[in-house]
Amino acid sequence: MMRRRHCLQLPLQLPLLWAAARVRAGTAQPAPVAQPVVVAQFGTLPAPAQVRRVFAAGPPAGVLVAALAPDKLIGWPQTLDEDARAFLGPRLAALAHTGRLSGRGSTAPLESLLQHAPDLVLDAGTADATYVSGMRRVSAQTGLATVLIQGRIADHAAQLREVGRLLGVAERGEQLAAEAQAAIDLAARLRASVPQALRPRVYYGRGADGLETGLAGSINLELLEFCAGRNVAADAGRGSLTRVSLEQLLAWNPEVIVTQDAAFARRVRSDPLWRSVAAVQTGRVHCAPALPFGWLDGPPGVNRLIGVRWLLERLHGGHAALRALEPLPQAVRRFYQLFYGAELSAQQLRRLLED
Amino acid sequence: MLALALLAAVVLLAFGAGKFSISPAELWRAVAARLTGAPSGLPAAVETVVWRIRLPRVAAGLLVGMALAAAGAAYQGMFRNPLVSPDILGVSAGAGLGAAAAIYLGLPIAAVQALAFLGGLLAVGAVLAVAGLVRRHDPVLVLVLAGVAVGALLGAGISLIKILADPTTQLPSITFWLLGGLNAVTPADLAATAPALLAGLVPLALLRWRVNLLSLPDEEALALGVSVARLRLVLVAAATLATAAAVSLTGIIGWVGLVVPHVARLLVGPQFSRLLPASLLLGGGFLVATDTLARTAASIELPLGILTALVGAPFFLVLLARGGRGA
Repeated sequence: MMRRRHCLQLPLQLPLLWAAARVRAGTAQPAPVAQPVVVAQFGTLPAPAQVRRVFAAGPPAGVLVAALAPDKLIGWPQTLDEDARAFLGPRLAALAHTGRLSGRGSTAPLESLLQHAPDLVLDAGTADATYVSGMRRVSAQTGLATVLIQGRIADHAAQLREVGRLLGVAERGEQLAAEAQAAIDLAARLRASVPQALRPRVYYGRGADGLETGLAGSINLELLEFCAGRNVAADAGRGSLTRVSLEQLLAWNPEVIVTQDAAFARRVRSDPLWRSVAAVQTGRVHCAPALPFGWLDGPPGVNRLIGVRWLLERLHGGHAALRALEPLPQAVRRFYQLFYGAELSAQQLRRLLED
Repeated sequence: MLALALLAAVVLLAFGAGKFSISPAELWRAVAARLTGAPSGLPAAVETVVWRIRLPRVAAGLLVGMALAAAGAAYQGMFRNPLVSPDILGVSAGAGLGAAAAIYLGLPIAAVQALAFLGGLLAVGAVLAVAGLVRRHDPVLVLVLAGVAVGALLGAGISLIKILADPTTQLPSITFWLLGGLNAVTPADLAATAPALLAGLVPLALLRWRVNLLSLPDEEALALGVSVARLRLVLVAAATLATAAAVSLTGIIGWVGLVVPHVARLLVGPQFSRLLPASLLLGGGFLVATDTLARTAASIELPLGILTALVGAPFFLVLLARGGRGA
């Protein structure tokens, strides 16, 4: 049976680039971090003290620069609605939308990039050859200095430290890196104490119908494995985002469902079709906050650091390593103050944590 | 008869195959229990998969395949052009824009479907309105050209929304929607869409004897007592309704509406009264078979729009090369 299915798969998958040969490639352990944080840099980098205006090329870089040096961020690469801006400090909330420079389709023309007169163009996140060559082109064509930063969750402490130095805010970089390191260490402790077999099997539903998810190795679902959960979709192989069917979901029968989409969370709790799923029966359906940025992804940047704590509590509530920590609301308040310069009201805090 | 038997076999296969493993015995027990009214004794999950996931999915595959193929056959007859597919008048582009806008605005899935449906109808409405204003040229040509222009305009609108959408969350959703698929069809979706779909198919079936007249010059048809303009309008409205309903349910699925009528024509000839039933059977069977492939061939769900092209286009080329007299 298996063999026949493989035979069927092969001719089909060959032309389908995204599924490619990597499907069914074993387990989904987070890859060890060996790469340097700065993946590539082009042009003459200004001295840190000289960096006054930074253009963030994509959403993860936008959040990174906003956290480290809000006064130096020229604008937001992503559009932010009023709802999101309400969760940012006054300086960040007032920044205009400048458009993004890399990724799927640039919306910032090079001329407007030059008009902004940045001292540095920074991109963070996925750092493959496409992005490296993109940054090289921008630098060659505009003469601006460009830097590309590695952006997996385990890199965030090093990322904050390194970019803090590049932007001339080394001290703040150290402070935020310590926060990031605490989250990374906490997750590592949990992973060390919960053996693979005891980790909950989690489905991460994206999109309004919740039937989009990510395969093993997807940066959008990194937090699942990182927080000692098992991504059920990892069974289907390695890759990035994909669509699945409800039938597939019933076959996986996850113990926990997490999402960032409130419409899907409401639907999954009330729709009779989902009633057979274990997670729904036991009430373990959790909706992560997404303001001003997602706690799980969207963008996959340093904004996820608070999501680490949140997801650990959802997956391993009552674990000894979590009991010793400051209460979650307090941690959230501190994170928003530190990273976004936002003083959360009691109402905003409640809204974030209503799950 | 043979076609019906084949279709039944395809449907049976579709019911038996899937990610959730259900043995033929279990499937039979579920069906028998439903027929006799007795409890099946099967786990609730099995019942859910058979009746609430696979049944609507297979039914939607049948209906959507029929709708796209029938609309394609009608349009090809109407426009006397073999390269015409159901989206010639901008249905798909309009539906795509409606769905993309709904995803961009973060609306729930029901609203995405509703806006897709509305978008499809509005697009064709706009094409008809434009065509109604132009009276100096051949009406069929004007209709097609207006369809191309409106389709391009709406396509640009989709691209604009894709550029504005959040690249990490909304853009994948929009892309997935535009690739089409049956994996999200629920019984409620089917119940909401099927009436519109059937309301489009019924007039096509009732008028099947008259469609051939449209291949005559307008004056000759008129001499036979048929108002070509009115007949064309009714056919466009019916085919549009069926296509828009289909697309709102599944997203954009290409090739079915273009290829299936050709295959049907190779099999039964160009008489629309025979072409339509053949297209219906083939279209339904083709989409159910392709969807079965989409959900079983790989470990992930393959987008249906890609598979229909991947399977349909080469098949079409082979038929073309061997048949020679088609198209």
